[in-house]
Amino acid sequence: MTGWPILSTIIFLPLVGAFFILVLRGDDGAAIRNARYIALWTTIVTFVVSLLIWRDFDASTAAFQFVEKRDWIGGTITYHLGVDGISMLFVILTTFLMPLCILASWQSVESRVKEYMIAFLVLETLMIGVFCALDLIVFYLFFEGGLIPMFLIIGVWGGKRRVYASFKFFLYTLLGSVLMLLAIMAMYWQAGTTDIPTLLAFDFPPKMQTWLWVAFFASFAVKMPMWPVHTWLPDAHVEAPTAGSVILAGVLLKMGGYGFLRFSIPMFPLASADLAPLVYVLSVVAIIYTSMVAFAQEDIKKLIAYSSVAHMGFVTLGVFTLTAQGVQGGIFQMLSHGIVSAALFLCVGVIYDRMHTREISAYGGLADRMPLYAACFMVFTMANVGLPGTSGFIGEFLSLTGAFRINTWVALFATSGVILSAVYALWLYRRVIFGKLDKPSLAGILDLDAREIAVLAPLVLLTLLFGIYPKPVMDVTAVAVDKLIADYKQDLAAAMPPQLAAAEEK
Amino acid sequence: MPPALAIYAPIFPEIFLALAAMALLMYGVFGGDRESEVPGWLAVLILAATGALVLMQAPGAVQLFDGAVIVDDFARFMKLLILGGSGFALILSFDYLRDAKILKFEFPVIALLSTVGMMLMASANNLISLYMALELQSLALYVLCAFRRDSVLSAEAGLKYFVLGALSSGLLLYGCSLVYGFTGTMSFAGIASVLQTSGSNIGLVFGLVFILCGVAFKLSAVPFHMWTPDVYQGAPTPVTAFLAAAPKVAAFAMLIRLVEDAFPAVATDWKQIVIAVSVGSMLLGAFAAIGQTNIKRLMAYSSIGHVGYALVGIAAGTPEGVKGVMIYLAIYVVMTLGTFACILAMRRKGGHVEDIAELSGLSRHQPMLAFMLAMLLFSMAGIPPLAGFFAKYFVFTAAIQAGLFWLAVLGVLTSVVSTFYYLAIISKMYFQEPAANFEPMPGKLRFVLAVTGVITLFLFIPINLLVTAAEAAARSLF
Repeated sequence: MTGWPILSTIIFLPLVGAFFILVLRGDDGAAIRNARYIALWTTIVTFVVSLLIWRDFDASTAAFQFVEKRDWIGGTITYHLGVDGISMLFVILTTFLMPLCILASWQSVESRVKEYMIAFLVLETLMIGVFCALDLIVFYLFFEGGLIPMFLIIGVWGGKRRVYASFKFFLYTLLGSVLMLLAIMAMYWQAGTTDIPTLLAFDFPPKMQTWLWVAFFASFAVKMPMWPVHTWLPDAHVEAPTAGSVILAGVLLKMGGYGFLRFSIPMFPLASADLAPLVYVLSVVAIIYTSMVAFAQEDIKKLIAYSSVAHMGFVTLGVFTLTAQGVQGGIFQMLSHGIVSAALFLCVGVIYDRMHTREISAYGGLADRMPLYAACFMVFTMANVGLPGTSGFIGEFLSLTGAFRINTWVALFATSGVILSAVYALWLYRRVIFGKLDKPSLAGILDLDAREIAVLAPLVLLTLLFGIYPKPVMDVTAVAVDKLIADYKQDLAAAMPPQLAAAEEK
Repeated sequence: MPPALAIYAPIFPEIFLALAAMALLMYGVFGGDRESEVPGWLAVLILAATGALVLMQAPGAVQLFDGAVIVDDFARFMKLLILGGSGFALILSFDYLRDAKILKFEFPVIALLSTVGMMLMASANNLISLYMALELQSLALYVLCAFRRDSVLSAEAGLKYFVLGALSSGLLLYGCSLVYGFTGTMSFAGIASVLQTSGSNIGLVFGLVFILCGVAFKLSAVPFHMWTPDVYQGAPTPVTAFLAAAPKVAAFAMLIRLVEDAFPAVATDWKQIVIAVSVGSMLLGAFAAIGQTNIKRLMAYSSIGHVGYALVGIAAGTPEGVKGVMIYLAIYVVMTLGTFACILAMRRKGGHVEDIAELSGLSRHQPMLAFMLAMLLFSMAGIPPLAGFFAKYFVFTAAIQAGLFWLAVLGVLTSVVSTFYYLAIISKMYFQEPAANFEPMPGKLRFVLAVTGVITLFLFIPINLLVTAAEAAARSLF
């Protein structure tokens, strides 16, 4: 453990950048350019610093690392930070996506650039904080605080129905979260602390676990989002600016899955075991139903949004199988989806910047004039489908393996979703990229420029790298996942004996 | 200091404030300039000095005048809030009063007298002193509401407030007489000990209900809230700001001391009432505000909602709950004054405007004002990490501890509903095309907005100071 508080540094570095943009004077071209560069450099530096965590991370232990702890409220609520194998990669994912978001907004955002950059930097602070928090109140602060900048990003820089979408996003998420807040309070009175490591070791009474689990589920299911509370997502995605969609799909959705892994399963193991079938059903419905809905969409972003819901179905399914494969697969699927769906939204952004429409029918035959773009889009489409060799395959395969060990029917239905995802994704690709380029509006369309290549290239590389060589990710998560499963099994076993004993007496 | 006077030291702040108010009156009458800011600033200074006097007192509880008045940590905490709320509301008033051509020295004098009443409400320890303090406060407020006497709305507000306020005072007084009749004593401690030995009876419960009705009027809690929107809208805006901040604190202080010190033995009785009133206020505050177009009316409904949330803490009836209410009130006063600073800044060439639609596109013209107002509104909605979140956190956590689960659930759900209308204002400011710009914000409003805005934004860092202070103060009641 080094003395330098590296997690706090990463969390609050973006705020420093935001402060510098805030004090920039003037609204002329120079000020706007400065704002962009400050935001870009801040996010890049944050990313580089966050890589130090990965370098110094000890993958052989499941304990929290880089721990920081300071008194905050009344001795029981502390400013407590730390990462383990489950959360560390999400921090990296966040810091990795942010510079790409800033780059992607370089030209497409022209109004109120300073405010835009500030909103994104503040959002980055809050997102990283969510994954590092080791106190429930601190977690909640970051978790809910993120609503404010995202609300403004969708509402100010969004599309036509942005006001509706931003309200829906905000209220939906808030509604789920306030119930979680009450659960947090109840846990505080039960356990006397909101410290996450302490609570992980605390055994809540079985009946209380169910209520707490449901309250947390309300929050994370909305955030995830799971069917049937997913309807805010397509609206938010469609109306948000490109970078907003990227963050939404890449990071914000992962908070739900992260929440399940960090809170629901280890803290309420008995309730998780009882209610896992519910999660299976909702996940399978999400996978099949939203895949079919995706197929019917005319708007590219909406299609990808629905596909996100379907892919998150694999995550919840895998995580709640509570097998090593399933949980690993769920985590991997989240990371992979964070890269792939972010990339897909960036791809949509590329053609939207040129044509200012997201209608699928407005495109066709782009391969002729945009070969590079077609190639990039191909990689991400394949990853979205889950083609072996791309990162999408690993996550889905592991999740389904986990599901197969638990229940073959669940696995069967979920696997059919893979086929459906191939249907809509390939259909989309065919309609946008192939065919004859006969629309006059597309005649002058240009291929990727240097900035766009810089944005998409790292994503292509990572998609392929993790598809072929997932070991770096697996190594980091393995020990933490093993401990999660082992603790879960132990808690279940500890709760079993009285019932078993009773059964034997009869 | 002669020893005969020294025993009155705990009440010196109030005595000082009352004498200073009278001196200010003399200055106003005999000092030459009629339209001047000087009396107002003097009043702010007086309030600051009174605050210093309160701060200098040693901790611990002292009873005076045969137990009619008590000065303890709880009273001191509330008094500081009251003084702060009054002082900042006065600072907000100057520019408005000058624009409306009613910059008269009576305004600060009456405000000071009202503040004396509020401070005594926080210290009242028997039914008589309670009633006297309450009436001193209320009478002064009636006058302030009608202060813009050329305006029909203002006169109507004053009259409405007076008639309904008098009615509620009557209810309260009737309740007091019933309680006195059935317990034979006026002092809170006496009532408590009688109830302890003899238990509850129907006459006493009647008295208790009447008293609580009277208090609910002052708090503008459902079902005694009807006057609030009209008075908030009709009264001159700085008076509305004044009305929304300090008197609420005083009424809560009075209510808490009354139920915790005089009626702990019949807690189940008054808890039912408090819960019902709280539920009604939260629901009405959330739903009735949605359709409002006038921002002052909206603030009225929003304040009704806030009263409902704060009452949740009282319903818990634990030290934790009282602590929650105190934190809530402290944060509420800050947020309210900041929001009213923004409302007072809605000023065009033709005068003040109050339609929410006028805020359209404010973020383009005055980004700082829009940002601060947005943060204040997010804070009122209870979004972390802003101050309003902690306010709600501590009352709801007390409710959970006391086992009032469904009340807490209802509370957070109504707070989500109320978020809708706060968001609607923010969406006007940020998502819509600009309307005409406002006049530049006067320096005094800027000052108030800066102070309240900074507290709202950054309270999460030193929050422990507030929590510790409230905890110590709440402990003095139990």
